[in-house]
Amino acid sequence: MTDIGGLISHVQNAYARCIDNGNLEEWPDFFDDICTYKITTSDNYSLGLEAGVIFANSKGMLRDRVASLREANIYERHSYRHFFGQPWIVSEEPDAVRSETSFMVARIMRDGTTDVYATGRYIDLYRMNGGAPKLRERIVVCDSSRFDTLLALPL
Amino acid sequence: MLDQVTQTTHNPSLTAWPSDGVTRVPYWIFQDRGIYAAEQKRIFQGPSWNYLCLAIEVKNTGDFVTTFVGDTSVIVARDSDGELYAFENRCAHRGALIALESRGNAKAFTCVYHAWSYDRQGNLKEVAFKDGIRGKGGMSPSFCMEQHNPRKLRLAEAFGIVFGSFSNDVPPLEEHLGEEIHSRIGRVLGGRTPVVLGRYTQALPNNWKLYMENVKDSYHASILHLFFTTFELNRLSQTGGIIVDPSGGHHISFSAIDTAAGNNKDYAEQNIRSDSEFKLADPSLLQSFKEFPDNVTLQILSTFPTFILQQIQNAIAVRQIVPRGVDRTDLHWTLLGFAEDTPEQRMIRLKQANLVGPAGYISMEDGCVGGFVQRGIAGASGEEAVLEMGGADADSSESRVTEASVRGFWKAYRAQMGL
Repeated sequence: MTDIGGLISHVQNAYARCIDNGNLEEWPDFFDDICTYKITTSDNYSLGLEAGVIFANSKGMLRDRVASLREANIYERHSYRHFFGQPWIVSEEPDAVRSETSFMVARIMRDGTTDVYATGRYIDLYRMNGGAPKLRERIVVCDSSRFDTLLALPL
Repeated sequence: MLDQVTQTTHNPSLTAWPSDGVTRVPYWIFQDRGIYAAEQKRIFQGPSWNYLCLAIEVKNTGDFVTTFVGDTSVIVARDSDGELYAFENRCAHRGALIALESRGNAKAFTCVYHAWSYDRQGNLKEVAFKDGIRGKGGMSPSFCMEQHNPRKLRLAEAFGIVFGSFSNDVPPLEEHLGEEIHSRIGRVLGGRTPVVLGRYTQALPNNWKLYMENVKDSYHASILHLFFTTFELNRLSQTGGIIVDPSGGHHISFSAIDTAAGNNKDYAEQNIRSDSEFKLADPSLLQSFKEFPDNVTLQILSTFPTFILQQIQNAIAVRQIVPRGVDRTDLHWTLLGFAEDTPEQRMIRLKQANLVGPAGYISMEDGCVGGFVQRGIAGASGEEAVLEMGGADADSSESRVTEASVRGFWKAYRAQMGL
């Protein structure tokens, strides 16, 4: 159990480091080719409502998200700092591990304003991929239904 | 180096509207607390129809939602007679909120403070210890519960959208909206059963009117939103137009597929960012299904003061603008599908939902641009915005290179505010 937890924790830290350091082009590589990435709210999730603020069901859609942020969308320069709790291993099969991890994300704006932008949990399904886990599914369930101004960078 | 500046204070009066009609909008209108307070009285509690909720959200007996009309918290509930009722979420006793949840099902509403209780129509039914205890204390025998109710709202529905008004002076909803607006709500929602796919709130760092201006501004759409334009979802050279109702307050901006509009020369000449090359790795995002008998791929409809119905391809949503102060606004999104959707159609709606909301490929910029204005005008309350694109009127137009529907908003706003 500890090994699995440690492995997933390791991948999560790499994931945070990727986004927080601004290497968004590498972010899709944390996912499997066939994958689901969704950002939704706790209310939607508990009511079983399907739609959220971001929905992708292919790695291509994740790459498009990054390309659009880089080339198309207009937003003020900002960065995130992710903080994670310890991953809770929900279930463990030889090649599929389900886990839940709390997160907190601070947003640092161009002028230095730093706020808690989002808190919530990742509800994840990993393909263990021989020790190099890939996300088959990540549902980002934000505790709050309120998003300040816009959500550009992924959570 | 400049050693003389041009004195450009256009409008030293911070209370009177500029003399140039609706081609000028004074910036104090987005900043002034007195204006904000006057809007609550004259617009939100005045002769207007305000979006409250969807009828499907309060389908069964006892279902209720709490919503807002301007600053005012409002309860909408369905009673056992099958009818909807709406009343202020304010206890008639000491003013506390009566309902604390966003939605639920209730037999009655009881204020937590002193347990004064209301039925689903907003009538005060019980006052705790009304007759005192052992003959002592209690309310005066002359206290009449019928005279102590939260204010009630008039209600009306258009194709499952519930509107409410505090005023008896506003004409019936259908007449108020007019046939053109009413029928185009029906175009999107009529004859089928909406299903809520998801909800969220976008907190905007700006005055509510700046968001409504943005919604009505067909001029910016293909310039600010590169994603929109590059994938031919919307170019000003597509066929389309705007419809502004006679009051000015309601509008529709629409575009339709026009296979002849392949010429990008107009854009190239303007040196606008919109001309850049950009391809999707997974174009399934933009695969849509034919949902309407016409070729209209985009229909943004707004009604005064704060309601928007959106059709962007198959992404259908309603948006409710809730002012939260001079420079803060909540935008409540409700994404819709329909009970009649096939699983494939539902998946297309989920994918296209990426276009809208705080992370929307299109809507993202609308979340920040109002804040750019609010901050840009911070020291310029005596200055004014220029709204001359497409002329000076507020009429319907076949061109979307116009600010006519923004001028329409100000026309309706000024009439209602007496400015």
